[in-house]
Amino acid sequence: MSKSNPLAGKAAVLDGLPEHPAVKAIMAWRPDALADAKFEFDELTLTIVPGEIRAAAETVRSAGYNFFEDLTAVDWHPSSPRFQLSYHILSHAFKERIRLRVLVEGGDPSVESITAVWPAANYFEREVFDLFGIRFEGHPNLRRIMMPDEWVGHPLRKDYPVEGYR
Amino acid sequence: MTGIVGTPIFEAPVAEGSRDQHMVLNMGPQHPATHGVLRLVVEIDGEIIVRLYPEIGYLHTGIEKTCEAKFYQQVVPLTDRINYLDPLSNNLCYCLAVEKLLDLEIPERAQWIRVMLTELSRLNSHLIWLGTHAMDIGALTVFLYTFREREEILRLFEAVAGQRMMTSYFRIGGLSMEPPIDFFDRVRAFIRTLNEKIDEYSNLLTGNPIFMNRLKGVGYLSAADAIAFGVTGPPLRASGVDIDLRRDMPYSSYEKFQFKVPISHAGDTWARYEVRLIEMRESVKIIEQALDGMPGGPVKADAPKIVLPDREKMKTQMEALIHHFKIVTEGFAVPAGEVYQGIECGHGQVGYYVVSDGTAKPYRVHMRYPSFATLQALETMCKGRMIADLVAVIGSIDIVLGEIDR
Repeated sequence: MSKSNPLAGKAAVLDGLPEHPAVKAIMAWRPDALADAKFEFDELTLTIVPGEIRAAAETVRSAGYNFFEDLTAVDWHPSSPRFQLSYHILSHAFKERIRLRVLVEGGDPSVESITAVWPAANYFEREVFDLFGIRFEGHPNLRRIMMPDEWVGHPLRKDYPVEGYR
Repeated sequence: MTGIVGTPIFEAPVAEGSRDQHMVLNMGPQHPATHGVLRLVVEIDGEIIVRLYPEIGYLHTGIEKTCEAKFYQQVVPLTDRINYLDPLSNNLCYCLAVEKLLDLEIPERAQWIRVMLTELSRLNSHLIWLGTHAMDIGALTVFLYTFREREEILRLFEAVAGQRMMTSYFRIGGLSMEPPIDFFDRVRAFIRTLNEKIDEYSNLLTGNPIFMNRLKGVGYLSAADAIAFGVTGPPLRASGVDIDLRRDMPYSSYEKFQFKVPISHAGDTWARYEVRLIEMRESVKIIEQALDGMPGGPVKADAPKIVLPDREKMKTQMEALIHHFKIVTEGFAVPAGEVYQGIECGHGQVGYYVVSDGTAKPYRVHMRYPSFATLQALETMCKGRMIADLVAVIGSIDIVLGEIDR
């Protein structure tokens, strides 16, 4: 397996991959929207500041990353910021995948929905809302998808009790 | 481009104004054509579908949460149960993701056996799709034929893994064991006649006027819509998008195999049928190449702290016994980091997103399964068509509810 050297930090990625189409597009659009970046396991991760994810998604889509593949969250409870949202975007032209990452604070977490950019995000955002309790502003139908409508709590959160009586 | 799957129909007032002729029909969760526990709320005007709202989650078992409480190697059997028609692809995707985190080199022989078995698993998935799809349309004969061949594949799985459906044969670091001695001969014997069998199905269906009329021009999905809704796999290629991760982002030494990726520009149910039929023939080619060029050597990586030792070594060598004990009781620590591994399974692109915090249990495992995204395109494909077409379209997108609800 041929593996490229990992790059940690925004400066290292900008230095090491200046010609990468996604990096170039984000830098041409708004350099301050890129909070952090890393390149590990041959995967590029771009951390976007919260509140800019929809615009960032539009930017990478026009840069050739045309296919929304996956969205999920990670709960880093009890550290702060608590939630990490990972968007995996595939490019059919470059045959390559990037990860957009947004860090969200724990109390009443919410981010902008990207369903206007990729309708495919619809179910994925509903799933994250259902299992993590992160709201997506502008989602057309934000309701539980896996759990029953009257369910209390969000099962994939790390502080959700996994045993005993509820 | 069409809109997003809108508000649920059961909440929206249906009988008002000019729409008071519409009726809401509840299809499922128990319905033979929904291939599992899928509930479709359909608003119909006579026989014409006006709106459609899939209601899912009836099979939600919380596998992602369960993974967080298991050691890395204990997650492998859970992956079988997600897409039970294509179990080895799930095993492969998870193992590749963890191996990426561990930076583990997999022996060539293990990689080739993985390719061979994944293709057998894809054939298994396509055979079930073909049988049930044809049965939904009313062609019962094909079902009996495809299940005859599927039985052979399940026997091969049983020979190699000891299990017919929940194989768990791929392990982190390689395979669970060397295949039995006559296994490759049995695979070859099965593959030798498979092309004729596919001709047999094709003879029953491709020229069949009823089958053609039910499928041609039904459930059209444009390439732009397919990409917008996250559709992958055969339905995406039937809409004219030429992408197959096996060829374009190769994994597990797929780059060493020659095969064609069939595409069609028709975008209808018939195109999906044709694309899958050609894919089955290509899978046969890949298995033949794997059998011809099968390299020798070990089937497990040289990593005693991660891969369980062979039974004999464990019984005779002190060190192997200690490693065995350690792996089983404590697991193995995986360096912190996050990886996403995508592969092409029978239904489309599977992705495993594994986040490690440096301990022996995964911090988070997320599975991206193709049916979950493909289901979003169902309304677009069925709008303005008859209810009977809905049955044909569900069959053609080949959904597995186990992977939608997880």
